[in-house]
Order: sequence, then C-alpha cells, then structure tokens
Amino acid sequence: MTIRAALTATAAIYALTTGFALAEAMHPVTGEKLSENQTYTYRDLDSLPSIDPQLIEDSAGHDIARNLFEGLMNQNEKGDLVPGVAESFTVSPDNKTYTFILRKDAKWSNGDPIAAGDFVYAWQRAVDPATASNYAWYMELATMKNAAEIVAGTMTPDQLGVKAVDDYTLEVQLNEPTPFFAEMTTYATMFPTHKATIEKFGADWTKPGNMVSNGAYMLSEMIPAEKLVMVRNPNYWDNANTIIEQVTSLVINDENLALTRYQAGELDKTDIPIGQYPDLEASDPDAATSVPNLCTYYYTVNLSDSGNPALKDVRVRKALSYMLDRDVFVNSVLKGGQYPAYNLTHQYTAGFTMPDIDYAGWTQAERDAKAVELMTEAGYGPDKPLDLTLIYNTSDAHKALATVVAQMARQKLGVNVTLANYEWKTYLEVRSQQQFDLARYAWCGDYNEASTFLNIMTTGNEANDGKWSNAEYDALMAEAKTLADPGPNYTKAEQIMAAEMPILPLYQYTSNFMLDPSIKGYPYDNVQNNWYAKDMYRIAE
Amino acid sequence: MFNFIARRLAVAIPTILILIVASFMLMYSAPGGPFTRERKLPPEVLANIEAKYGLDKPLPTQIVNYTWGVVAHFDFGPSFKYKDQSVNDLIASGFPVTLTYGSIGFVLAVLIGVGLGVTAAIAQNSWLDYMAVGISIGAQVLPNFVLAPILVLVFTLWLGWLPGGGWNGGAWPNLVMPVIALATSYMASIARITRSSMLEVLNANFIRTARAKGLPTRRIILRHALKPALLPLLSYLGPVFVAMITGSVIVDMYFSTGGIGQYFVNSALNRDYSVIMGITILLGVLTITFNLVVDILYAWIDPKIRL
Repeated sequence: MTIRAALTATAAIYALTTGFALAEAMHPVTGEKLSENQTYTYRDLDSLPSIDPQLIEDSAGHDIARNLFEGLMNQNEKGDLVPGVAESFTVSPDNKTYTFILRKDAKWSNGDPIAAGDFVYAWQRAVDPATASNYAWYMELATMKNAAEIVAGTMTPDQLGVKAVDDYTLEVQLNEPTPFFAEMTTYATMFPTHKATIEKFGADWTKPGNMVSNGAYMLSEMIPAEKLVMVRNPNYWDNANTIIEQVTSLVINDENLALTRYQAGELDKTDIPIGQYPDLEASDPDAATSVPNLCTYYYTVNLSDSGNPALKDVRVRKALSYMLDRDVFVNSVLKGGQYPAYNLTHQYTAGFTMPDIDYAGWTQAERDAKAVELMTEAGYGPDKPLDLTLIYNTSDAHKALATVVAQMARQKLGVNVTLANYEWKTYLEVRSQQQFDLARYAWCGDYNEASTFLNIMTTGNEANDGKWSNAEYDALMAEAKTLADPGPNYTKAEQIMAAEMPILPLYQYTSNFMLDPSIKGYPYDNVQNNWYAKDMYRIAE
Repeated sequence: MFNFIARRLAVAIPTILILIVASFMLMYSAPGGPFTRERKLPPEVLANIEAKYGLDKPLPTQIVNYTWGVVAHFDFGPSFKYKDQSVNDLIASGFPVTLTYGSIGFVLAVLIGVGLGVTAAIAQNSWLDYMAVGISIGAQVLPNFVLAPILVLVFTLWLGWLPGGGWNGGAWPNLVMPVIALATSYMASIARITRSSMLEVLNANFIRTARAKGLPTRRIILRHALKPALLPLLSYLGPVFVAMITGSVIVDMYFSTGGIGQYFVNSALNRDYSVIMGITILLGVLTITFNLVVDILYAWIDPKIRL
C-alpha cells in the first residue's frame, strides 16, 4: 500500500468511526488543514553538477543535499542552529576543540545506524586528494587540523583532526578558534556519507537505487537535464514529524518559461525574472516574495600595475563611488526590493552591526557635488576626460546596470566608461589577469558571519582581483579571528574601505521568487535561503 | 558498391582522428578551463583535480590517452561539470530523447514538406500554390526560439492541454511541442526545395511525352516525376536527419527534454572538455554515416549514378 493510499484509508476509517463525511489531516502544531497532495516542486536553472555531498559546490546541489542528507547541525526557519544528527556539542575553553554528541536513533536509509565514524569517513574523504573535491578548501576554511597539509599531499587523510571517541562522540581539532565552526557543519561538504555504498559502487553511488543517505528524503529519480525526485525516508529519525511526501526539482533553463509553468500550476516555486517583481507583487501578492539574500554586488577597482593610473588616486575612486545613484539601481532597474549598498557586508549578516559609513548618510545631490569636487581636485574634467573600461560577464542584468553606470559617469563627471562583456569562463580569466579598470563582482556568504565578506579584501586573497592591499585592514581581520566580539574590527574594516574605496558597492541582494501560497513553513527569515522540505507542508486550499 | 563502401569507411577513420585532434586544440585554446570558478580554487586543490582527470599531462599525451579510451573501451571519460555522470551516461540518457523527437519530427517534416511542395508545383500560380508557399515561408521565418514560447503560452498557459516541458519518458503530450518547434522550419525548407525541383521536372521532355501518351496525372506525378524531383532533396535530407536526431539547443533547453542538443552549447560554455569531445565525435560519426547512406540511396534512385 502506498503512503497516499494508507492516508486515504486512515481518513476513511476515521470518517466512518466519527461520523464526519470529510476528515482532513491537520498540522500537529498549527492545526491547519493539510492538503492531500503533499508534494513540493521547484525550479532549478541547470542540471545538478553533483549530489555527492563532498563534491557539491553550488547552492542548487546544497538544496538537494540538505534534504537527502543530514549533518551534525541543521538550521531552523530563522537560520539559527538546531540539532541534526548531533544532539548537542561542547567547545573547549580555547575554542579549538569541538565535541559533538550524536543521537542514538539516527539511521541511514538502508537501516544501518549512524556512528561518529561515518562523519570521520566523510570528512577525510572531503580532503583526500584522491577525491579531488573542488570544495576541499572548505575544510581548510574550517581550520581543521592538518586539512591543508592533507590537501597538499604532505599528510595522509587519516591524520585529519577529527576522531570518533566512541560510536556517538565525535571530537574535532581546529588550528584556530573558529566561532562559526558549528554552523559550517550545516553544509554539504561536512555531511556524512555511507562508506560501504561508496566502496561498492564507486562514482555510481549517487545513482538512484544505489544511494544510501541519512536525510528526511531519499533519491528516487535522477534524469540529467530533466528532473530529480526525492521521496520520504522511512528510516529518518524524525520521519514521524515530516509531512511533505515528495520533493521534485525540475530543470528549467529559461526563467520566463519557468514563470509561465508556475502560472500553469506545474511548479510551487520559481525565481522571478529581473524587473518583474512589482507586477507580480501587484497581481499575486501572496505568492510574490522578496527576502534578503546574503550577497553583495560591486565593481572592483584595478589597483595593480595594469589598471588605469588615475585609479591609484583615492579621490577618483571616491568620486566614482559617490556619483553612483544606488536608488536608481534598486528602484528602476532591479525592482526586487534590493538594498542600496555603501559597504561590502550584507546588512542581514548574523551579528553584524551596520557601520557608520560617511557617504551613506548624504543625499545623492551631496554625493554628486562631492564627486565633481574630488574629480576636479584630481585634475580631471571636461578638458581632460577620464576613460575607463568596465567589464562584466554576458547577462542582461549586468548589462542593464553597467549601461546606467556608464550614463551616470558621463553625465555627472564626464568620465567615458567603455563597456566590455565576456562569456563567463573568459570573463573569469580576464578578470583574474587584471585586464580591466573596473570589474563586476558579486560575493555571497559561505557562512553567516561578516568575515565571509570582509576576508576577501585582505592582501593576496584569491577573490581580491583588484589587488588592493592595506596593512591595517589585514591586521584588523587577522585579529578579529581571536576576539570574542570581532564587531568593532569589522566596523573599522568597513570604514577603511569607505575611505580607500577599493571597491564600488552597488547593491545587496534579495531573493525574488514565486512560492505557491498553499506551501507553508518556508524559511523566509533564513538569509541564506537554506530550506528543509521536512519543515514544510501544504495546506488544503 | 562494396568497394565504394569500404573506401568511404577507410577515409572516415582518418577524418574522425583529424576531428578529434582539431577539436582538442580548439578547446584548449579557449580561455579558462573546466575548473575556472568565480571563487578561485587554491592551487593545491586545483592540482589534485587536474591529476584526477589527467589534465596535468602534456596535450599530446592527453589526446592519445583520450583517443585510446574511445577506440579501445568506448569510454568517453567522466564529465568535468556533471561529476555524477560519465559522458557515456549523458549520451545514453540524452540521445534516445533527441532520437525520438528528432525522428518523429523528421518524418513529419518530410511528409508535410513534400506534400506541400508537390501540391504547390502541380497547381503552380493557383491559390493552392500561394497558400502552400505562404505556409512554408511563414514557417521558415519563425525561428524556434520565438515559436517555442508561443506554443507554451497557447497550449500550456491558456488552454492547459500540454505540459510546459519535461520528457516524462517520452509520453506523447511531452512530445508535441518539441516536435513542432524542431520540425517547422525544416518542413518549410523541404517544401521549398521540393516545389522548385518538381517544377523543373514537370517541364522536362519525358513528362511531356508521358502526358502525350495520355497517362493519368496521378500516375505521372507519383511514378515518373516524384523520384527524379526528390534527388536534390535527398542530399539535403542526409545532414538534416543528423541535425534533427541530435536535437536542438533551443528545444532541449527550452522544453527541458533532457536531450543531448543542449550539450552542444553548454559543454562549450562550461569548458566540459570530455562532453565537448563526446558530442563532437557522435555528431561526426553520424554525419559521415548518413552522408554514406544518402550516396547509396542516390545510386538506388538514379541508375545513371554508378558507385
């Protein structure tokens, strides 16, 4: 008997015994009437590169992994940490040793119990050069002891700083105090994987029928470039409280088509194409959603030798930033409730207090006046115009913004901005070789703490393609790692950037999507948009 | 005939080898690589990945290893982007899809196209001719990236008759729109080629003779005119058949059919070297095969042609 049939039968018996004609299931906590159709279908842009937790590197893959697998900790609807496979954890006084106590009722989808050794296996697998995971650096970011040496091949995977004290106690050694370590266990890279299955099937272990997982769902169907279907895992420890029966990801490349298919009732959730949010919000306010998303969009200034010499003058950089009318970007181009940005860290980052940035408080007229003044001081004007090249990867949205920026620069400062767009991989190459004056950048938080943004501007960081270097900034960020309250350091770091302007912040992201109003439990307040289908349900219409 | 086929096959092998080497060179000359990321990989991580995929070896060694894998084990290697799939997996799951909707589309395009073309030629300069020519020009100027959204709007959103995408194992409601979107412009070309070559044949002396003998028009068209009129079409249909059964980027991406057509573009954008190679070789082999088939058909239709 299928679960649906079982439910129907139960409802029928209930109706017979109580005399009600119709008896619908109710949500155990809220008491809302539940729909008989407990499915959730959403759109993904592209085929999933991988659903192997240790190989996943994109957010779409993480969405799948959070439902198929479960790490030590989970996030709740606000993004706060709640127990997953671990019931609790303790941290040593020096903040360098974490001890996780695992729940005893957690099982794999094949019924095997989950032991601390499964985590040890998975984490060693993540750093093992033989696995060759793109995300091996994630274990280095977590500052796990010996992770960097193992990735570099000078130590063996079994020397990683993690061990199973017993079946239900996992001890982790870190090189440095890492306040966000427990949060990092909610990411796919640190999810457990089933050793016997991987050893049996090799690279084919992620195929339906082979995969053994430990999350609330298990893999039922996976057709490249078409869809992925997950169904309830009866062996999941909290299966009794799971309501959604089936989760489906449909690959739909074209976001306008996805929207049409949403409107035709084929999808419960899809992204809103740029600029369409206001119309959809007006026509379908219960479904159209705009929530903060931990990413910041900016132009990085090339301060290396190959950049325009004029950009070495801080007055020019400030003038360029001041003249950007960010309200135009968010209100007239993007129109999805995005926030104007005057700093790098997203304002909804956990524990982050927005710093006092001087020019953020000015009116645009004041900023424009100051910009003209600074440009004149720097020796540029109508008789000596500045020519700059702004590069971006091919996309309508980037083009729309860049066009507006070029227009503003010409009108306000007489600066000629030449736009150059490149196909994605070429773009990354051109940008990393500093062949630009200004380059589009967007950074999304790897974890929900300000250092995930601010670290990228330290000297020599791989994402610092503008090659900005500031000793005071580097020192502040290095010191922040050791502080109980790094907040003041972050504020100071942001203020140094506002004074030096190595980047021109444009806006902070929101996620704009349509979500069928009958779907409840979606974590709107989780700024990383990390959703768990086990916490969601569909109410009866 | 046998010698001809043997000779053609002998030429095909070096052709494929040249194709492999040329594709490899072009692929490697494109900036960036399969592991170029917005978030740059640390050098030691990149080194491990390149070692795993053999990308750390010199280019000639890579070409030889790759070619040996293909020839000896029929192994096209792992996809660099879709890490859970090998190229063999991707082709095995995607090619049956495009083969299905491509073949159906091909048959429809030929039947309707030839029908329209013949009708137009027989009734030259009548309203039937104008209508047939009008339909085929209309179909030709409507590119499939415009046609596809219109189809979805009408049949999915407004009428609610057909699913807006997906393959669903090739169920007929999922087939309708991909087939129409793929076949329409080919159908138009076929109609136009058929019409002009049919007109030429109908003015030929042997047709006049047949008419003079008093043969019924139906018999003249079907038995005497159609075969020679289809010869020019045949050389067009060889490459068209290959193009149709390997799908279309627009159709596969737009309708999420899971077909291999999409990999022509996105494997190049992703610098997914092994997928680019797999698709190129597949297309190369199919093209060579069907050009050969067309040549053999030519000889069968026209006895004047000796192989």
